[in-house]
Amino acid sequence: MSEEEKIGVYICHCGHNIAGTVDVEGVAEWAKSLPNVTVSKDYKFMCSSLGQELIEEDIAEQGLSRVVVAACSPHMHEPTFRGACSRAGLNPYLFEMANIREHASWVHQDDGEAATEKAKSIVSGAVSRARELEPLEPFRAPIDETTLVVGGGIAGINTALEIANAGYKVILVEREPSIGGHMAQFDKTFPTLDCSACILTPKMFDVGNHPNIELMTYSEVEQVDGYVGNFTVRIRKKARMIDVDLCTGCGDCWERCPAKVVDTVYEAGLGYRTAVYRPFPQAVPKYPVIDTESCIYFKNGRCRACEKFCPTDAIKFDQEDEIIVTSVGNIVLATGYDLFDSRRLPQYGYGRLANVFTSLEFERMTNASGPTDGKVLLRDGVTEPKSVAILHCIGSRDKNTNDYCSAICCMAALKFAHLVKEKTDAEVYNFYIDMRTAPKDYETFYNRLMQEGTHFIRGRAAEVTDAARKPEEVGKLIVQAEDTLIGKQRRIPVDMVILMAGMQPRHDSQEVSHRFGIGCSDAGFFNESHPKLDPIATMNAGIFIAGVCQGPKDIPASVSQGAAAASRVLSLIGKGEVEIEPVRAHIDEDRCSGCRICNNLCPYNAIDFLEDLAVSRVNPALCKGCGTCVAACPSQVIDGQHYTFNSIMSQIEGLLWDVRPNGEEKVTFQKTEPV
Amino acid sequence: MVDYKQYHPAWGDRSPVIIGFLCNWCSYRAADLAGTSRFGYPATLRDIRIMCTGRLDPTFVIKALREGADGVLVMGCHPGQCHYEEGNFKAMRRVALLRRTLSQLGVHPDRVQLGWASAAQGIIFTETVKEMTEKIAKLGPLKWHDNNHDASPHLPPLPEKEATHG
Ligand SMILES: Cc1cc2nc3c(=O)[nH]c(=O)nc-3n(C[C@H](O)[C@H](O)[C@H](O)COP(=O)(O)OP(=O)(O)OC[C@H]3O[C@@H](n4cnc5c(N)ncnc54)[C@H](O)[C@@H]3O)c2cc1C
Ligand code: SF4
Ligand code: SF4
Ligand code: FES
Repeated sequence: MSEEEKIGVYICHCGHNIAGTVDVEGVAEWAKSLPNVTVSKDYKFMCSSLGQELIEEDIAEQGLSRVVVAACSPHMHEPTFRGACSRAGLNPYLFEMANIREHASWVHQDDGEAATEKAKSIVSGAVSRARELEPLEPFRAPIDETTLVVGGGIAGINTALEIANAGYKVILVEREPSIGGHMAQFDKTFPTLDCSACILTPKMFDVGNHPNIELMTYSEVEQVDGYVGNFTVRIRKKARMIDVDLCTGCGDCWERCPAKVVDTVYEAGLGYRTAVYRPFPQAVPKYPVIDTESCIYFKNGRCRACEKFCPTDAIKFDQEDEIIVTSVGNIVLATGYDLFDSRRLPQYGYGRLANVFTSLEFERMTNASGPTDGKVLLRDGVTEPKSVAILHCIGSRDKNTNDYCSAICCMAALKFAHLVKEKTDAEVYNFYIDMRTAPKDYETFYNRLMQEGTHFIRGRAAEVTDAARKPEEVGKLIVQAEDTLIGKQRRIPVDMVILMAGMQPRHDSQEVSHRFGIGCSDAGFFNESHPKLDPIATMNAGIFIAGVCQGPKDIPASVSQGAAAASRVLSLIGKGEVEIEPVRAHIDEDRCSGCRICNNLCPYNAIDFLEDLAVSRVNPALCKGCGTCVAACPSQVIDGQHYTFNSIMSQIEGLLWDVRPNGEEKVTFQKTEPV
Repeated sequence: MVDYKQYHPAWGDRSPVIIGFLCNWCSYRAADLAGTSRFGYPATLRDIRIMCTGRLDPTFVIKALREGADGVLVMGCHPGQCHYEEGNFKAMRRVALLRRTLSQLGVHPDRVQLGWASAAQGIIFTETVKEMTEKIAKLGPLKWHDNNHDASPHLPPLPEKEATHG
């Protein structure tokens, strides 16, 4: 078979990216000497339409039976060149990519000779592998038109509405008792200072009432199986202890509930809630939940006050978690962020000095429906501060905590400065490292704040202390910082300190990313498929990401990403079917010895043992193509499609073209042949 | 080009050659990221993309060494992070056994290494290649096909028991 193959090799310059380090002409010339290579060319940009046409022409005119493009990573352009092969009538799985950019020119920039030699090896390996490739047909499967959206913050809400408005079903799973996410906690949003609730609540209402949206709050996705177009998800609907068909949301229960606990989620620790609670008045859905950990009845068997007072008998103490297993075609993750825990930086005194607040606490404080009815007050609940310090970058841009910029804190800090001025007569001091106000209209807001008389001090605050050194510092919180504009240490006594704690990945983001089979950055934000060209998709087809779970961003950007995720889902649904890589295991049943070694190795239980024939068989719908069984079969009768034994053995030979033993010493490992 | 004679005289003018097996989901992407971030590393690694380290047939490793490679580096997702749940645990066991077998055949077990890098860890990938290169450079060329013996002067005694990670 492999003797008659005609292989075309194309070496891409990638402008200067490859050609600047690797002698591309030299490699192209050299590749002509490789066995079966009939065409070898170099070209400026292989991915351009002209580059692709070059391949198409050669396939047509020279009758190429294999194509190798040496360029960037296959994760970048394998689909592009497979497309070119397809158009010219060549099976796309007979294409092989040689990664001489990411794996050669870009990492050996200081040594062009070494980079060129390595590029030759990579090309040689690809040519050898190409010789052994076999034509394959992608599987086609219909797309389930229902989409799962995980997380009901503004990003998830927007995704769900866009898809539902286009006429398709959405299941929205939210962990908390209500959707809304962080935006529901705010009173005003920068830079326009419009009322957060006024713009969010109508959207939440739409989600709750949309005929195409099935809302599951107080729920979590526990398991995900399947592949793009055909996922099976297992959702745990935690017991609310409330019969939602009977509950009217009247509130008699939480008004009578004697168990009060600090609300660390919605009130950010600044306020209280009862054991039976609805997080906030505009909650969607309107039904409360009983938090069994703080409920007195669940702790010591007595109380049941809510049950007595509920006018509709909706309290059900014996309710149990419900498990829902359902199928969906696409999944959008919009799980948002956690606030950085300011206790990790004891020098700022949070948790020790009463009048040090976090950013979210302050959001709740300024909220008209918050614990202080929107008044800016010290921890005693009565005193208005006369001076307030706002410390930027808490936990952000610091290699000891989070090394990235949390993107929104400068603007939120400006918003806070404005709100303090609006609500009190206090002097406001903002301590910043750099003022980052890039997006549209943000700089204008900054200018406005400067006119409002906020004091801006350029320097990261070093410490907040109550140890007075001077009489005017007594009874105050003193912020110590180096003012880098005047090059002097400053101590500013204030009544209140607000720590602009940054946004960080959800505490369980690693777990969640693993559950959905997508990657995470080291920090824990979900990885996009390409940082510039595909910031919505993940490396797992059919799973998309939107909002802060992908990286710090503001509300407009979260909304846009939600809409973008929706449009990606809709275009897949519109196609009606998905193509799935035919990378699967296949057992040659005639030669299987029936040893069953493979059966238990498969992580997906995709291998059945056929008792009557005494052989094993792979169920291609369950197999994901990891190749574990392929490597383990002692009879070597499992074929790992596209990563066959022969193709890898051949690639090894090709890669080692310059160091291989020649002539009679040549080592051969034969795949065992049937006897 | 780096002069590897400083590590072992037998290198002469040549550089160590290491065959890499990188899983598609983590370490191959870590290598891509090393590229986009322009993290340099020695030009000793020639890698092969496999879907998962679970695909690693020990024959591949023997083949690479017999065909002239001086070392083999297998890299996958961190334990617990394999895209296919547990392929890397299978690789751990296979590589441990393989290292034992190789040392019985007179090949220094350090010539075969297993490492992990997530898709976000270009720098860990780079460091691993650097360390491996240095290790192989010190061991010297393998030339298994030439003389059936490892040029490394100090083959360790056969490992009593090498952990096979359950
Ligand atoms: C102090 C502060 C002030 C801010 N002020 C502004 C402002 O004025 N203007 C502005 O534009 N931006 C502001 N932002 C940024 C804004 O909060 C975010 O851009 C926005 O809320 C992100 O929305 P999201 O949907 O991505 O995440 P989130 O709002 O965090 O929503 C995520 C949702 O997913 C749910 N969830 C999480 N994990 C799971 C799971 N495993 N399963 C199911 N559900 C899950 C959560 O319960 C939550 O409801 C501010 C941020 C901070 C910290
Ligand atoms: S391991 Fe190989 S021989 Fe054994 S049952 Fe599986 S396919 Fe058959
Ligand atoms: S390739 Fe992996 S998923 Fe497929 S049958 Fe084999 S072990 Fe199972
Ligand atoms: S996919 Fe990376 S080790 Fe299995």
